[in-house]
Amino acid sequence: MTTTTKTTTRLDVPKTYKLFIGGGFPRSESGRVTEVRDGEGRFVANVAKASRKDAREAVRAARKAQPGWAGATAYNRGQVLYRVAEVLEGRKAQFVDELQRTEGLSAARARAQVEEAIDLWVWHAGWTDKIAQVAGSANPVAGPYFNISVPEPTGVVAIVAPQSQGLLGLTSVVAPALVMGNAVVVVPAASSPLVAISLAEVLATSDLPGGVVNVLTGDPAELAPWLASHADVNALDLTGAGDLDWVALEVAAADTLKRVIRPEPGIAPETPQRILALTETKTVWHTKSRM
Amino acid sequence: MTSTSAALAPAERAVQLLGSDLSEVALRQHLEGLPAVDAVGLEARAARFGTRSIKTTSKAQALDLAIRMIDLTTLQGADTRGKVRSLVAKALVPDASDPSTPRPAAVCVYGDMVGHAVEALGPAWSAGKDDGINVAAVATAFPAGRASIEVKLQDTRDAVAAGADEIDMVIDRGAFLEGNYGKVFDEIVLTKEACRRADGSYAHLKVILETGELFTYDNVRRASWLSILAGGDFIKTSTGKVQPAATLPVTLLMLQVVRDWERLTGERIGVKPAGGISTAKDAIKHLVAVAETCGEAWLDPKLYRFGASSLLNDVLLQRQKLTTGRYSGPDYVTID
Repeated sequence: MTTTTKTTTRLDVPKTYKLFIGGGFPRSESGRVTEVRDGEGRFVANVAKASRKDAREAVRAARKAQPGWAGATAYNRGQVLYRVAEVLEGRKAQFVDELQRTEGLSAARARAQVEEAIDLWVWHAGWTDKIAQVAGSANPVAGPYFNISVPEPTGVVAIVAPQSQGLLGLTSVVAPALVMGNAVVVVPAASSPLVAISLAEVLATSDLPGGVVNVLTGDPAELAPWLASHADVNALDLTGAGDLDWVALEVAAADTLKRVIRPEPGIAPETPQRILALTETKTVWHTKSRM
Repeated sequence: MTSTSAALAPAERAVQLLGSDLSEVALRQHLEGLPAVDAVGLEARAARFGTRSIKTTSKAQALDLAIRMIDLTTLQGADTRGKVRSLVAKALVPDASDPSTPRPAAVCVYGDMVGHAVEALGPAWSAGKDDGINVAAVATAFPAGRASIEVKLQDTRDAVAAGADEIDMVIDRGAFLEGNYGKVFDEIVLTKEACRRADGSYAHLKVILETGELFTYDNVRRASWLSILAGGDFIKTSTGKVQPAATLPVTLLMLQVVRDWERLTGERIGVKPAGGISTAKDAIKHLVAVAETCGEAWLDPKLYRFGASSLLNDVLLQRQKLTTGRYSGPDYVTID
């Protein structure tokens, strides 16, 4: 190769899409990958295929991160979720491109999905410091006490994300879990792993503490049973598990008294109920003084 | 019997190996004549132990063995009688959801807590017999070891009188690093003598080298030989108060010394890594190191122990995973 010939073609720099666990991007412990191809069968990327041990590590990371996230002020959580929307806005083009390649959408429809997802992050960011006022209460009691009920996060939430509309579906389940301070282990749609990992990159650069969201690309049918039976998972969101044997997953979850969101009828996205489904109510008694 | 005298305390093993006119010079010549440690080779060898595949039935056996080898430990200034009682309760019933869980080898406490541990163990206390749970006590001004020899010996005698089956002593690292091997040697010999009970039997003596303060592998090898020559029944890596504590290369090196000692004399010395082993995975690496270095005869709580507190919970979680087929979580073991 001589310097006199200037080549017009650059070598491709393809990206390997890895998992997102504990704030880092590790390969699958199993070393497995899945090839992603576009509508015409052209190779797009290799995506890590998570194993049960990756799921175990993800739950461990989520458990470690959860108290810190729940302990952050509601205002701060709101800022972070809004920051996710800001960073997503700046990287819109990448998401549009990935959605076009994996979901075969037109540019306009891909763009509409990304914008809807961004708006959904903003919507949830607004709820962090308001949901307690809506769902909490001061209860009348027969005695000289304040009796106050407030929603608190459930803990570690395992999620099977909706299998269509990769980015929007993922946002519609992850964001409501984060509002009150849960930590999340999510298996994104098997058909759109690229946007899931790109969203993870957005989360990693949005001041979301490492481990609060963990993304396991892979086969939901393989991973969901391990998450459903895992004793250190507090809630199971099966919104995207309609095609799996989700009754068996719910049965497995019952062993350790997990809160379960079923795929049917499910809970409508973008509602306060969706946020409150992953909370526990704490009631506090406090003496009233005449002083 | 002080460090200033040329003649060392007569320890049977040292006399046999170094001759009857046991002197500090002879001891130094022996220790400094030991071959130097190949640090790169040692670390590479230690790293290989993590690559063994220990699955299903062998994993189940390894986990149970690891539990039986644990010296369940609490060594805090804030230890209370209640803390010791709850530690003992944990040793008696490690996992309430599975009565088949084996018990750890011993509970390890400060000397003044020995009586409370013995009382809490009740009939489960081994009292020097083979079955039951031992009470181990740290002594000799643990963890620093910076006190006069009289204080150290009295510390030891108190613990033995209160019922300690095992004494974990610390060596004088300062004297060792000064090259004053004779002082270290004499203290071990005297402490061993202080382990003698009224009926003439001895409490087991574990000698803590505190490898994190010895700085080099060569020093660890020398200190291991020194401790064995002076009469230690066990050599233990660390107090758990100094970092680094029980690393796998250091433990491997100590295992090599006890293996060599067995080849030389036919006598088996125990090894106890302590501090920093907190996961079942680490524990299994250690078991592999033991089996591949000293042979499977050493896979016995009489010859290998883990000084640990949080290790037990992690092993229990792994054990629950094997029995139930699902991952367990910290809500299903006790909070220590």
